[in-house]
Amino acid sequence: MELVCPAGNLPSLRAAVANGADAVYVGLRDGTNARHFPGLNFDDPELAQARRITRDAGVRLFMAVNTYAQAGRWQEWARAVDQAAHHDVDVLIAADIAVLDDASSRHPELPLHLSVQGSATNHLALAFYHERFGIRRAVLPRVLSLTQVQRLAARSPVELEVFGFGSLCIMVEGRCQLSSWVTGHAPNTCGACSPARFVEWRDTEDGLEARLNGQLIDRFAEGEAAGYPVVCKGRYMHASGRIDHALEEPVSLNTLHLLPELTAAGVVAVKLEGRQRSPAYIARATRVWREALDASDEPVRDAGRSRAWDEELAALSEGRQTTLGALDRAWQ
Amino acid sequence: MRLNLGPVLYHWSREELLAFYEAAAEWPLDGVYIGETVCSKRQELKLRDRLAIAREIASTGKQVVLSTLALVEAESELGVLQRICEQQEFMVEANDMAAVQALAGTGRPFVIGHALNVYNARSLATLVAAGGAVWVPPMEMPAADLSRVMSQVEARGTAPEVEVFVWGRQPLSYSARCFTARAEGRTKDDCGFVCSRYPDGMPLRTREGEILLTVNGIQVQGGTPCDLGPHLLELQAMGISALRISPAATGTAEILRRFSDWLEDPGSEPVPTPGYSDGYWRGGPGMASGASGQT
Repeated sequence: MELVCPAGNLPSLRAAVANGADAVYVGLRDGTNARHFPGLNFDDPELAQARRITRDAGVRLFMAVNTYAQAGRWQEWARAVDQAAHHDVDVLIAADIAVLDDASSRHPELPLHLSVQGSATNHLALAFYHERFGIRRAVLPRVLSLTQVQRLAARSPVELEVFGFGSLCIMVEGRCQLSSWVTGHAPNTCGACSPARFVEWRDTEDGLEARLNGQLIDRFAEGEAAGYPVVCKGRYMHASGRIDHALEEPVSLNTLHLLPELTAAGVVAVKLEGRQRSPAYIARATRVWREALDASDEPVRDAGRSRAWDEELAALSEGRQTTLGALDRAWQ
Repeated sequence: MRLNLGPVLYHWSREELLAFYEAAAEWPLDGVYIGETVCSKRQELKLRDRLAIAREIASTGKQVVLSTLALVEAESELGVLQRICEQQEFMVEANDMAAVQALAGTGRPFVIGHALNVYNARSLATLVAAGGAVWVPPMEMPAADLSRVMSQVEARGTAPEVEVFVWGRQPLSYSARCFTARAEGRTKDDCGFVCSRYPDGMPLRTREGEILLTVNGIQVQGGTPCDLGPHLLELQAMGISALRISPAATGTAEILRRFSDWLEDPGSEPVPTPGYSDGYWRGGPGMASGASGQT
């Protein structure tokens, strides 16, 4: 099982490499990837350095150009594809048909993976991208149950990579417009969900308000952990007047306990979410997963170590809680 | 511009659906979309029922298109999808790349639904080459971007017809989780079909009471419905081929009348409807409304 770790900058990349990543994924400091946050990501010289560091360490370098090319700005995505090829990255991760088409025709030697942003959840969709663009692997949206992943793995024309840990998108990735409903910006078009410039924190008598473009996403009492206002994690009012996390609570995905089943199903890689995370977070998350993957060959499970990993991952999680998400049908 | 009725997005009963389509056969429409796009558990109508309704409506001279599921996860769902794509009587609307793959193999024209990610001319051209004859752009695409993409594909000589969603609650996302079931303390597997209690979706407001979202099973929609009536002249000038009205539990006939009256005698644009949004079209947040002077 390949351990694919995020890196939003060189310190994070070094942390991932030092703690046992098999592959690291990065993006450019622009709107061509879906973590377009201020101060994050790599410029060209940094990308060159990333290539050197990973090559020296025997670690694969994946580059994400996984947003959808916007009308009138095609050159930005074409240039990103060229940079990926120029720096000889091991894999280009893309979602947009136009980007996949461009990369596969102008740089046929550059291996392609379908991003989770490609929103492909079944073997026919995978076949589309495989037949036309030669994708070798697809990252699965976090909407399939374990049984569905197992069945898909049996029929898939390409390798499959699943998310192992990190912030959980609860809508099928690549087709969520909740952020643009409120802010006019969303992952597909701008590479960011609930961009920071629309976030406002207001201290009031009733508590700390988290607003997104003026809309009240949540309000936190004293002592309550305040979460970043993404639309899907807010607390909303039902017609009855009841207020709750109508869509989802702040929680992180953790599929560590399903590693045996995922491995048996033929999933070839596990991806950790978090290019926006700190080097310390990435170091800790990578180390836990490296240990867990290395131990997965052992015939007998060590319950103590397992618990320690869970605690470490919970400490890193949103709301300090984790879930299997859609892999567990009871979550659905 | 043609006037089309989009697929019913909500969980209406068999009786309600049959009555709705019986009435729709008499409405001033050019086209009707029929099919379940949200949840495969909704089985009030089977495919054979839909085909029967489709034939009835087609006999009145309207074009019928079979709509398909936007999020396809289960083998059973793929099976149903493939059957729909293989039938040759009616054009099919693809809302997942699985449908595109199935339809491309048939060599027949299809509708590129708004749940497919097409944001630029090159992607659109690829799907047109695969058989896409009509394109319904993503909900969040601004008029300016749409205009740009349309002129680029026209320049390539690969232009499909374009249909724009002009009325109704806009679908924003799809999930494995059923949010209507969740609201009633249930899970998707034991949902009890509670979504049938909400024929126009279940509203969610912010903690200070602002309308924000509408829950429709695994789909979340905008809270305020969209109305692009104020933009009809622009739609026409852009060369948009068809307008899609999304069915509501009540009042659909009146809405259709409003649009068809204008199409028969285009004068000044309809007055903006208070409480309706047109933000995406104007290039901003979907929830914004030009009628209230929002940007």
